[in-house]
Amino acid sequence: MGRYVIRRLLQMIPVFIGSTFLIFVMVYALGDPVAALFGDKAPDPATAARIRKELYLDQPLWKQYLHYMGQIFQGDFGTAFNGQKVTELLASAYPVTLRLTLVAVVIELVVGITLGVVSGLRRGRTVDTSVLVLTLVVISVPTFVSGYVLQFLFGVKWAVIRPTVSPEAPFSELLLPGTVLALVSLAYVTRLTRTSIAENVRADYLRTAVAKGLPRRRIITRHLLRNSLIPVITFIGTDIGALMGGAIVTEKIFNIHGVGYQIYQGILRNNAPTVVGFVTILVIVFLLANLLVDLLYAVLDPRIRYA
Amino acid sequence: MRGATHAKWAVCAVSVALAATACGGGSTVAEGAGIVRSSWGDPQNPIEPANTNEVQGGKVLDLLFRGLKRYDPKTGEAENMVAEKIDTTDQQNFTVTLKTGLTFSNGEKVTAKSFVDAWNYGAHIDNKQNNSPFFANIQGYDDVHPASGNAKAKTMSGLVVKDERTFTVKLKEKFSTWPETLGYQAFSPLPQAFFKDHDAWLKKPVGNGPYTVESYTKGSSMKLRAWDGYKGPDKAQNGGVDLVVYTDNNTAYTDLMAGNLDLVDDVPAKQLKNVKSDLGDRYINQPALIIQTVVFPMYDKRWNKPGMEKVRKGLSMAINRDEITKQIYQETRTPATDWTSPALHDKGGYEEGLCGDACTYNPEQAKKLIDEGGGLPGGKVQLTSNVDTGSHRDWMDAVCNSINNALGKGAVCTVNPVGTFADFKNQIAGFKMTGPFRSGWQADYPLIQNFLQPLYATGGSSNYGKFENKEFDGLIAEANRESDPAAAVAKFQEAEKILAEQMPAIPLWYQNGSAGYSDLISDVQLNQFSVPVYDQIKVS
Repeated sequence: MGRYVIRRLLQMIPVFIGSTFLIFVMVYALGDPVAALFGDKAPDPATAARIRKELYLDQPLWKQYLHYMGQIFQGDFGTAFNGQKVTELLASAYPVTLRLTLVAVVIELVVGITLGVVSGLRRGRTVDTSVLVLTLVVISVPTFVSGYVLQFLFGVKWAVIRPTVSPEAPFSELLLPGTVLALVSLAYVTRLTRTSIAENVRADYLRTAVAKGLPRRRIITRHLLRNSLIPVITFIGTDIGALMGGAIVTEKIFNIHGVGYQIYQGILRNNAPTVVGFVTILVIVFLLANLLVDLLYAVLDPRIRYA
Repeated sequence: MRGATHAKWAVCAVSVALAATACGGGSTVAEGAGIVRSSWGDPQNPIEPANTNEVQGGKVLDLLFRGLKRYDPKTGEAENMVAEKIDTTDQQNFTVTLKTGLTFSNGEKVTAKSFVDAWNYGAHIDNKQNNSPFFANIQGYDDVHPASGNAKAKTMSGLVVKDERTFTVKLKEKFSTWPETLGYQAFSPLPQAFFKDHDAWLKKPVGNGPYTVESYTKGSSMKLRAWDGYKGPDKAQNGGVDLVVYTDNNTAYTDLMAGNLDLVDDVPAKQLKNVKSDLGDRYINQPALIIQTVVFPMYDKRWNKPGMEKVRKGLSMAINRDEITKQIYQETRTPATDWTSPALHDKGGYEEGLCGDACTYNPEQAKKLIDEGGGLPGGKVQLTSNVDTGSHRDWMDAVCNSINNALGKGAVCTVNPVGTFADFKNQIAGFKMTGPFRSGWQADYPLIQNFLQPLYATGGSSNYGKFENKEFDGLIAEANRESDPAAAVAKFQEAEKILAEQMPAIPLWYQNGSAGYSDLISDVQLNQFSVPVYDQIKVS
């Protein structure tokens, strides 16, 4: 088990190097950022040349990449054009997005699994049908629609919450954005759980448990749910990465200065250090989330073991 | 127990993932009385006077600094601020005398040295300041800012400190309206603290204006408070200003509606239809010093051969400006009839209708002119612009439709959208365009000179189309030598008439500044740079 985890962690190194290189090349392909720093005016050639030199932009691509990686290993992720260190940006944006993701995942888990279990156990009945229709509706509404509508209703019309999130972004302010972010995945979690439960309800081991005379509650939580959660956990694991990086729309609507917003800014301004730094950390989050999911399989199903 | 070990490892992996994320947070400061809460965008560059060339950083400079002159928000006239007088006898050598008793908010005196040091810093190549070309007409600029290689001097020879209150400026050539340019923020004075500990200054800028920085969190907010020790005539009428960075102007507008924000100085395009019912008379829509044009690549022979001026004019006449500004921009743009801006006013050189018929929609005449001129090069025309902001895609489509309808030859006009502004800038700065492209121009100071010389004079710093015309250049030079402002303006307008003949750039529309505000504040106005005049805002 321990060796398995170490092996997996070691495998992350080549993935890390490969992904940073790919992202670096992609941002590089966006073009030279220096001219845009001068706004509508034509860039002053001498000043532009100095800035290019300072940013290593006058070097060939491979040298730029080596220089960048060299800096990363010294803990220097570069600087955004407004003079802020990328490490500072990372330190301010990631906790915010992580809190947002946490809110979203908790909502997904609690609401999604509950609804899934309820409808899975009552397959074909009214409850089941209404849950299915409801999830269908949720899946078909894009995030920016649900985001703006809920923001307007709760924030402006009924004025029960602040429509936007303050820079500190405490959990209480992230409830609505978290719900909006969770909505689509929530529907998927519900449907996955429902199918899985409906399937396992008819499994042999469950009939055995019933025959043994175990209480219904224990049958559902210990036997049925535990085995049915494997596909759901797989989904959530990949979803964590998607939620963190893909929250651009939600973050824009609710004024959350998180990862999505910073990456968007970085792309608009062609700032390679910002984009590469943020995406690299996202890659690591993805890798860790996947590792976690694989380990959770073993927790849920004792038949799975890692050596 | 096997399950327990598994769980342990799972927890371990989670903690690795979480280790990097110490949960941040802080307390929100309670809203003090008389504070204006205003929307903001993250400034592109660090906030330094000579390095800020966009509106967001410009807002802060306007709150923190007062230069030698300041433009009256209503008339646009340059009035003495820190300067007591600026004298010249030959339009080339200027003597600047400062008012007495003025200080920076850290207690340092505002002296001649504060200006000379700041200007030398701004011009020096090693400091990589965006606005360094503003000092280019001072004698000795080429020594501190050579076109290539290292600087030959530390300071510009044209700047000499005479005493604590006086310094002299020698320009490279005659420039009669030079003192009028000094209201631009790049010419702000800097305290010695700026040079002694630059990093600390950037974290908490110190200036000589009506406000001081209380706290600054980069990328999210800046709290400015009225400075009691300010001695200028434009003391703050409110307790302070909180600038809050928004991810999106729609979000800021929502916060204004919900009462969490007092002032939004950029009303989002999709709210323009509702803004009058939402805000009533708390909505401002007035001309700013911004004009949008479509520039022809005059370096491309196909667009520059004799006879093509007719084609260029014809294209201009094929654009239905009235319809487009109404439909797409809800009248936040005004159809252009010259190459300046109404925010200059008549005295400053704006002349309505100077362009004449060439800027009036007339599809028949347009078609005739284009045919006379030999038709479009290759029978086609392609418009290029970045499309990441400003509804550029929408108007380009509309302009092309307008041209196609007027010419009646099918889809001869097409649109070439460019994803980011940075990419677009690289394309036009590389002088490799084969068709007309968008050019937006926000003037740095309310002078007609700034709308003409940098854009259309030979070798002009932002002459993206490489338009060259000896007669035009001659008139600009004459105007700059003219000592009488009215006569200078007349000469500039004479030069502008050549643009109407040659049409190197089609004026599309003047861009307005727009703002909306809550019922908690009053006396809100925008200056000609579409920045709110914060110091005059009253909070109820």
